[in-house]
Amino acid sequence: MSQAVHNIPHMADTKAPPAIVLDKVNKWFGALHVLRDVSLTIAEKERVVVCGPSGSGKSTMIRCINRLESHQEGRIIVDGTELTDDTKALDTIRREVGMVFQSFNLFPHLTILENCTLAPIWVRKTPKAEAEEQAMSFLTRVKIPEQAKKYPGQLSGGQQQRVAIARALCMRPKIMLFDEPTSALDPEMIKEVLDTMIQLAEDGMTMVCVTHEMGFARQVADRVVFMDRGEIVESGTPQRMFEAPQTDRLKLFLSQILRGH
Amino acid sequence: MSQTTADALPDPRYAGARERPPTGTTGPWGWARANLFGSWWSTAVTLLLGYLILRFAVSFFLWAVINAVWTVPYSPQGVANTAVCQNAKGIGACWAVIADKYRLILLGRYPYAQQWRPALCVLLFIALYGVSAMRRFWRKELALIWLGTLVAVGVLMWGGVLGMPLVTEDQWGGLPITLILATLGLACAFPLSVLVALGRRSTNLPAVKMLCVLYVELVRGVPLVAVLFMANVMFPLFMPNGVNIDKLLRTQVAFILFTGAYLAEVVRGGLQALPKGQAEAADALGLSYWKKTGLIILPQALRLVIPPLVNTFIGSFKDTSLVLIIGLFDLLTMGTVALSDPPWQSFSTEVYLTLAVIYFVFCFAMSKYSRGLERELGRAHRR
Repeated sequence: MSQAVHNIPHMADTKAPPAIVLDKVNKWFGALHVLRDVSLTIAEKERVVVCGPSGSGKSTMIRCINRLESHQEGRIIVDGTELTDDTKALDTIRREVGMVFQSFNLFPHLTILENCTLAPIWVRKTPKAEAEEQAMSFLTRVKIPEQAKKYPGQLSGGQQQRVAIARALCMRPKIMLFDEPTSALDPEMIKEVLDTMIQLAEDGMTMVCVTHEMGFARQVADRVVFMDRGEIVESGTPQRMFEAPQTDRLKLFLSQILRGH
Repeated sequence: MSQTTADALPDPRYAGARERPPTGTTGPWGWARANLFGSWWSTAVTLLLGYLILRFAVSFFLWAVINAVWTVPYSPQGVANTAVCQNAKGIGACWAVIADKYRLILLGRYPYAQQWRPALCVLLFIALYGVSAMRRFWRKELALIWLGTLVAVGVLMWGGVLGMPLVTEDQWGGLPITLILATLGLACAFPLSVLVALGRRSTNLPAVKMLCVLYVELVRGVPLVAVLFMANVMFPLFMPNGVNIDKLLRTQVAFILFTGAYLAEVVRGGLQALPKGQAEAADALGLSYWKKTGLIILPQALRLVIPPLVNTFIGSFKDTSLVLIIGLFDLLTMGTVALSDPPWQSFSTEVYLTLAVIYFVFCFAMSKYSRGLERELGRAHRR
């Protein structure tokens, strides 16, 4: 087994200013070392796909970016603001960072429209009418405006995930995080969600996406980051990563997921 | 599988497909045949129980209605002559005791001429419950309605203003006491319990968490009777001389603290049951702790625990009758007081039955309403 390519800083290939900087981030769950010296810089408008075997820390890493998990060592700087215990800074960052979860996490007691307008009204203090108008435009963009008055429980999984994307977009985030957005979906619904994400990528959103959808990575990602056992092992363009993997761990991972497809 | 569904549907194209299920399997007769007379021994049990129920119902009807004594003659001094009732004992109910004592039982020893005041308070409370039950009144103004009603109840009960003579708490009694204890008790205990439940789940305020755990465990570990005794006997000992907090108030506070501890655990159960993703989604959207709690967590958590919440509410409503032991004259106490009148001493069945009906009406209303509420709020989750 080859060593991780530690010496290469996992940086974007562009001159754009960084949107997210992780600098030697370490995290433990109890005694379990889940993030080991993770350093990653993501540029504005860059689309990064994070992959790796389960338990590799990829979800934990993405959840550290909006502090759903807190890191214990190292620095995380999002949109120029460092994540610390300071709640003001955290509020600022969370307003700018949208997140889509594996299990959708729509609010089941609110209608689709209310799900989308809640945060703009209560966090951004957008007037209700304006928030609703904006929500409808995003629901139209994810192609489900006709479901606005329904409750999440009445929608299919794919529809729910598209609502979750619209809900995040309603906050007008600069960065979108996706934590395995298609893993909980039936196969026939994966495409409709991926299509929505591809459209978003084409609009120039900064995206960090944990996913096993290699087709999506190839089509959309500027960069693929491979994580294993809490560290970033290798990163590069999708083409380089998939066609010329340099580490044994990535080769093994690719052979395993390709066998499954 | 779509194939299976198609098979299960009656399709007129198939020979032998019927438009209706065979006769005798639906309707009340079909139900009875399936559930009551399904086999020979099911039939036997049905007949036996049917006979027992019928016998009980008939004898109760004879006792409570047909053979009942509704009025008794009074002596010129106003003393009831209960000879008719004594003769009918065991055969017919003596409802004359209720006719004679209902004002004492319901309104206590409140000055007779002023009893319209507590009576009006009871009506105000019932109106308040009615308004609070209707969802279209569920907005900020409801808090004002509550405040207004409680102030009005206070003014009516105490008097001393608007030409109403002052009536101190030791003269209050009956249903108003029960309703005051229960209403104020639950109205204060519920918000308290939500705060305690949230505090107990707090991860970054260990002191608050400790305090909440301590409160719940201490209060829950002690019987209500003991809490009431402490509030009334021990508490005044610790107070400096001259400071005298009213007995009703002390009881009320003890009752709130006791009920709050139980409700807190119910609410915590609801918070526990909510998937973690809900809080995470709210966090990710940038909602502050209180907005997250008020808009996302509590509406869902409380809905989940409506049945145990109402269970505790009903239990607490009935627990108000325990103030009997510290000498507050609630509804049940007034029943016993009424029975201490010599002519009526042997008619406790009638009095307690009446009290049971009054308690039942309030409790059943709560339970019925909660089921309706569950159904209505559950609609959103149904597919």
